[in-house]
Amino acid sequence: MAAISSEGDLDFNQLKVLARDELIRTLESMPDSKDLVIEPKLMKILDRIAGAQLLRNHGASKIFKLELNSPKTDSGQRMYICRPTAENMKVIADHIKSDKQGGKKTSYTVALIPKKMYICEVIMEEEGVYGDVTFEECKLGLIPLDNDILSLELPEFFKSFYLHGDQSWISPIVNSLINLQVIFHKIPNISSQGRCAKMVLEMTKTIENLQGGVLGDPDHQIGHLFLIDREVDMVTPLCTQTTYEGLVDETFGINCGYCEFGKDVTGTDKNIKLLLNYEDDVFEEIRNRHITNVFSFLKAQAQHVQSGYMKGKNITQIGQMKDFVSNELKDLKQQSKSLTIHIGASEKILQQTTNEPDSKEHLQTEHAILEGIGYKDSFSFIEEKLDRQASASKTLRLMCLLSLTSNGLPSKDFKTLQSHFLQSYGYEHLLTLNNLRLCGLFTEQQSTEVSKLSMSDVQKLADKALKRTAFRAICKKWNLIPKDNVQLQNPSDMSYVFSGVYTPLICKLIEQTLMKSPSSTLEEVVKLLPGDNCTFTRTMSAKGKGSGAAKSSSKVVLVYFLGGCTFAEIAALRLLGAMKGYKFMFATTSIMNGNTLIDSMIDNGKGKS
Amino acid sequence: MGHVTADWNPMGEVYFRKSELYSMDRKWQEVADLKKFKIAAAPYGGPIALIRDDSKIMQVKGGARPIVYIFTSVGVQVASFSWKSLRVIHLAWTNTEDLMIIQEDGTVHLYDMLGSHKKTFTMGQDAKETKILECKTFRSFSGTGLAILTGSFRLFVVNNVEEPRLRRMAEVPGIEAAPSSWCVISSERQSHVLLAKENQLYLLDHGGHYQELTLELDTPVNAFIEMSVSFDHRFLALFADTGVFWVGSSDLKKKHCEFDTKSKTRPKQLTWCGGGAIVAYWENMLVMIGPDKDWVKYNVDSDVHLVAEYDGLRIIGTQTHEMLQRVPTVVEDIFKIGSMAPGAMLYEASREFHEKKSEKADEYIRMIQDQLPRAVQQCIQAAGAEYEPATQRMLLRAASFGKCFLSNMKPDMFVNMCQMLRVLNAVRDYRVGIPITYEQLKHLTLPVLIDRLILRRNWCLAVRICKYLKLPETEGESRILGHWACYKVQQTHVADDQIARAIQSKLGDTPGISYSEIASKAWECGRAGLAVKLLEYEPKAAEQVPLLMKMDHDDVALSKAIESGDTDLVFLVILSMKDKKKLGDFLMTLRNQPVAQSLYMQYCRQQNPDMLENLYEQVDDYLEMANIKVSNSCVYGSEKNVKTQIDMLHVAQENYKKGNNEFATKMTEEQIKLLTYQRNMEADLKQPYLNLSIHDTILELLLTNRTKLAEQLRKEFKVPDKRFWRIKIEALSENRDWIELEKFSKSKKSPIGFEPFVEVCYKYGNLTEANKYVPKVPAENRVRMYLRIGVLEQAAEAAFQIKSEDDLNLVLMKCGVQNKQLAAKIGTMKSQLGKNKNTNMG
Repeated sequence: MAAISSEGDLDFNQLKVLARDELIRTLESMPDSKDLVIEPKLMKILDRIAGAQLLRNHGASKIFKLELNSPKTDSGQRMYICRPTAENMKVIADHIKSDKQGGKKTSYTVALIPKKMYICEVIMEEEGVYGDVTFEECKLGLIPLDNDILSLELPEFFKSFYLHGDQSWISPIVNSLINLQVIFHKIPNISSQGRCAKMVLEMTKTIENLQGGVLGDPDHQIGHLFLIDREVDMVTPLCTQTTYEGLVDETFGINCGYCEFGKDVTGTDKNIKLLLNYEDDVFEEIRNRHITNVFSFLKAQAQHVQSGYMKGKNITQIGQMKDFVSNELKDLKQQSKSLTIHIGASEKILQQTTNEPDSKEHLQTEHAILEGIGYKDSFSFIEEKLDRQASASKTLRLMCLLSLTSNGLPSKDFKTLQSHFLQSYGYEHLLTLNNLRLCGLFTEQQSTEVSKLSMSDVQKLADKALKRTAFRAICKKWNLIPKDNVQLQNPSDMSYVFSGVYTPLICKLIEQTLMKSPSSTLEEVVKLLPGDNCTFTRTMSAKGKGSGAAKSSSKVVLVYFLGGCTFAEIAALRLLGAMKGYKFMFATTSIMNGNTLIDSMIDNGKGKS
Repeated sequence: MGHVTADWNPMGEVYFRKSELYSMDRKWQEVADLKKFKIAAAPYGGPIALIRDDSKIMQVKGGARPIVYIFTSVGVQVASFSWKSLRVIHLAWTNTEDLMIIQEDGTVHLYDMLGSHKKTFTMGQDAKETKILECKTFRSFSGTGLAILTGSFRLFVVNNVEEPRLRRMAEVPGIEAAPSSWCVISSERQSHVLLAKENQLYLLDHGGHYQELTLELDTPVNAFIEMSVSFDHRFLALFADTGVFWVGSSDLKKKHCEFDTKSKTRPKQLTWCGGGAIVAYWENMLVMIGPDKDWVKYNVDSDVHLVAEYDGLRIIGTQTHEMLQRVPTVVEDIFKIGSMAPGAMLYEASREFHEKKSEKADEYIRMIQDQLPRAVQQCIQAAGAEYEPATQRMLLRAASFGKCFLSNMKPDMFVNMCQMLRVLNAVRDYRVGIPITYEQLKHLTLPVLIDRLILRRNWCLAVRICKYLKLPETEGESRILGHWACYKVQQTHVADDQIARAIQSKLGDTPGISYSEIASKAWECGRAGLAVKLLEYEPKAAEQVPLLMKMDHDDVALSKAIESGDTDLVFLVILSMKDKKKLGDFLMTLRNQPVAQSLYMQYCRQQNPDMLENLYEQVDDYLEMANIKVSNSCVYGSEKNVKTQIDMLHVAQENYKKGNNEFATKMTEEQIKLLTYQRNMEADLKQPYLNLSIHDTILELLLTNRTKLAEQLRKEFKVPDKRFWRIKIEALSENRDWIELEKFSKSKKSPIGFEPFVEVCYKYGNLTEANKYVPKVPAENRVRMYLRIGVLEQAAEAAFQIKSEDDLNLVLMKCGVQNKQLAAKIGTMKSQLGKNKNTNMG
């Protein structure tokens, strides 16, 4: 298959420039010098768009994190930059009230990312500070995290949509999609799966209709768009990823592209924050590799660097030396710094698997659950983990996986695990378990109990029942669980991202759709998936003549995950792209993994959720 | 046809012409005895309004109420209504062609051109108390302005009657009688009043300041009794009691001329003809005075009314409607007898060619060969300045003829003029009756002309003009259709359905049509049903919802908002519903709209937790109610308020029970029990136990050797053996009580095997103890356990014992380089195993 030329790459830089301009416009909306108070979660996002210098150039004097207490400062102008949540508004309102009590005269601008929501005004009004505040919208949509990944960086989307049924974030998603199509032109083929995807698609169509531009654009730079709900495949995020990037995320946590490595990794006495993306040559080489295939590369690379330094030692002539210092030495230094960290990180990851007493069994159990064998053993393994008070979120991942793959647990087991869980971690987690149940992650097999449930519960559960698809049936139809051993070193099967045990369902769905597998098989499986499936192709507008099919851009596929995606899925699709000649681009509400997913569900009643 | 110059009159260097626009309609002729009426005519060929002038005719007792008539410029009546209110001081038209009727008490009524009342405002208390003496309207920088002189000789000005903000002008000191005359001079930012007290002039502003001005006149005067400002506020004419005119710039700095009329009578009307001349109207006579003291006199047989225009003056009489204007230079150049201007030559050439087929045409063309482009341009411009289509045609034909000799002339100018003339002729037609000139149109702009057609309900013509000129749909056609529809909904005699259908069929999905605006109009007319129907066609929910709310169709509004997916809209509706409805009804509505409900719940979670409980109560969602209580109990828990915490849990338990969740009921019950235990233990043992999990509570107890209590809890909470054993060995190892641990291991058969024993010993750093337990582990697990605690040699042996080459390899891998001895040993073991295997096979 012919490789995609670099023309096929989308230039995400445009998005970055737009985002920066929007930020500048927002800052300039409050002229002159002002203090910035930024919601901590947004710090990294702003970092990615603009440095502190840029903020300074546009009037930021001091920068604070948004906290419960009003920042101590005398500046007469203050700009808050935050998400349009009720929580933030209350905090800001409290700041203003306490400032007033202290007799401070300050003018306030609240810049909301990505849009102003009505609720913000309502709350400010209820708190009695509406008149003191100027609202400003800062329309930051998708942020380029990498040369093929865009993210809204809205990790809270999953919970608010799937658990609370809150649709407030749909319209920012729709806007992001419309903006993308303004920059990269109308996408001719669109497929969607899931209820959120359906809503997004419908709203997008409505807006396009109003703008009068539904026709395809022959200049399109993206050939196919997939809009997919996270809900379609909840199994994948619960599994332990086995690619390097996935494991780095699960072990150290990657936030907005940045990863902070501790002293044990850096080998020095300070933490190092590293931007992990395509610009880091070493990382780019190993990010998608199976973890077992990383060390050998790093070793070879280390030798290479060493021989590079050696070369420097052997230089005798001044001219050569100068050449060496100015050209190679810098690269070598850069490489060796990056190598040190990645070697440290991979060591730490491998250590973890050996040091934790049950990590091997944990992985084995995970695999057994996926393959649907040894239910009893898996169950008692989980029980044992609970008895030992092993990490709650890791254990919950297994519990949920067990529930998802067997369409809910039998009533007795369901209760046993729950009461074990509560005995270990405390009664409050009744709320956590309730959240998991409502999201369909940890459920009881449906029996005759329906009659006992309240009306709203029946409705909720009926919804969930739809999506608790026959996991086994799908696995079988699409061969998600490979029977043969899968090559992990030079992978040719997407399942390598889970050590050859499981192929991420969404990736398979995309493969099957793109490869135009016989529609009957596709339909059979799609029927089992939650939410509606919808595919449509735009009729092309008359202008321009070249047939779209011949263009390289038709091979550019954008996959938009609604509710988050994992690095494993990204790696799998990158592999698929390399094999089948597609160029995959990713957009997501956030990058997630099993820990972040489970942690977002944990509710011990103390923190406000 | 007479010669074009037949109605020209020379005045000094220039010519003026007076030409008839229309002969007035019969209806006008019957009504309009101008002596008896107050009259107001709008500029730009606008409508004319009449009302009986009670000051001129003594009111007959019990006489009929006066009638307000509205006519077009042709004299076709468009509306009339009887005036029931106080005496009318003044009539005037605004710049949007609304009729302004000013009552003597300062109340101002605005009517649209078709006689429907639009709004009312007043000119303040002073006017109300002392009545208005005199009233003037003027074109201000921001619209149409209105100025009044009250009975207390104060002046008040409103700069824009659309947004009336009353400003009191500065007062002239010692004014005890009405000023001799006054007028308003409006500049870019402000309006000033020029006031004459006898022969002393004052310029007043609204900031309380005035400026005294003195005019040096050649002949002394006693008082200025009349004044007039030109259309563009640049020129001013003053008339003195001695019959002398002063004409000059409106800032009084430049004098054009002084002119003695020798008439001491005050003129009936004093009006500028464009910016070129001032026209004074006395009985039967119009006198026009130019800037250089030139003058022309016209006789008039009957009463007339003068209307100042941007480029001239209209004279409305009972029979005819005439236009008086300076002959535009370009027209003069072409038609003046003996003119040698290129345009004139071209015009002649064209006539020779077309009418006489004479070769003289060629001669004329040759004469102006070099100036031909200029000639063509002149003919085109002159056509624009002509009113008669026949003259226009001849001029355009000449232009076209001239163009034949030019190869590189751009056609735009010619085409544009043809188009504009077609539009002008169409609106000048007596059926429309807007006698507007080309210059005026340029000044007024086309969109405004379209607006005026819309006001006159000339939908069809307006649409055709837009289409003909290819105006963008949103500015042109859609806008007109929108207005048409708004008019249509006011036809109360037609059924809702029929109107809705008619509108939809005509408007369809035309871009730029706002159905919500039409619906809004329908609602204003009291047709809620129609409004709802029309809103159905509105594609933008953001437009639908607010109106639906205004009409109290909240439920529909909510559905529409939800459909749109715009959560802000949903919120807007919900919160307004919350205020309007009773709580129960409100909650019931939410119950039927899950999307709205979720949204509102999200809001309540933050802002109004009590409401959240209400919501759940409303839908009998006991489980969620219980969850809230659990959540609350946790908060009290962290505040160490055990009593309330337990109270909360009791409520939660109750609700879980109601919600048929046996499991949660039981768990809650146990938690209450646990808390009670913990509380008592804290009291007894002076150690913190509260809010530990069962596991941790027992662990804490065992760590402090409170075995009995631990046992009690174990039984009470049915802690499984396996867990209890794990807690126990954890506690023992943490306390480094290795003897007790060993005793315990032997107390009965371990339900958890012995691997955990190895683990805990290892965890608390006692390898010897750990080593003790490995042999008790099943053979196949021993290797792993030895490896775990790092005893490689024994691991190797264990592997050898179970004859596992894989395990041996595993151990070998751990050996590394340092332990060569062991590596060798493993090598031997492996080869032995291999041998045995072979022997077995053999």
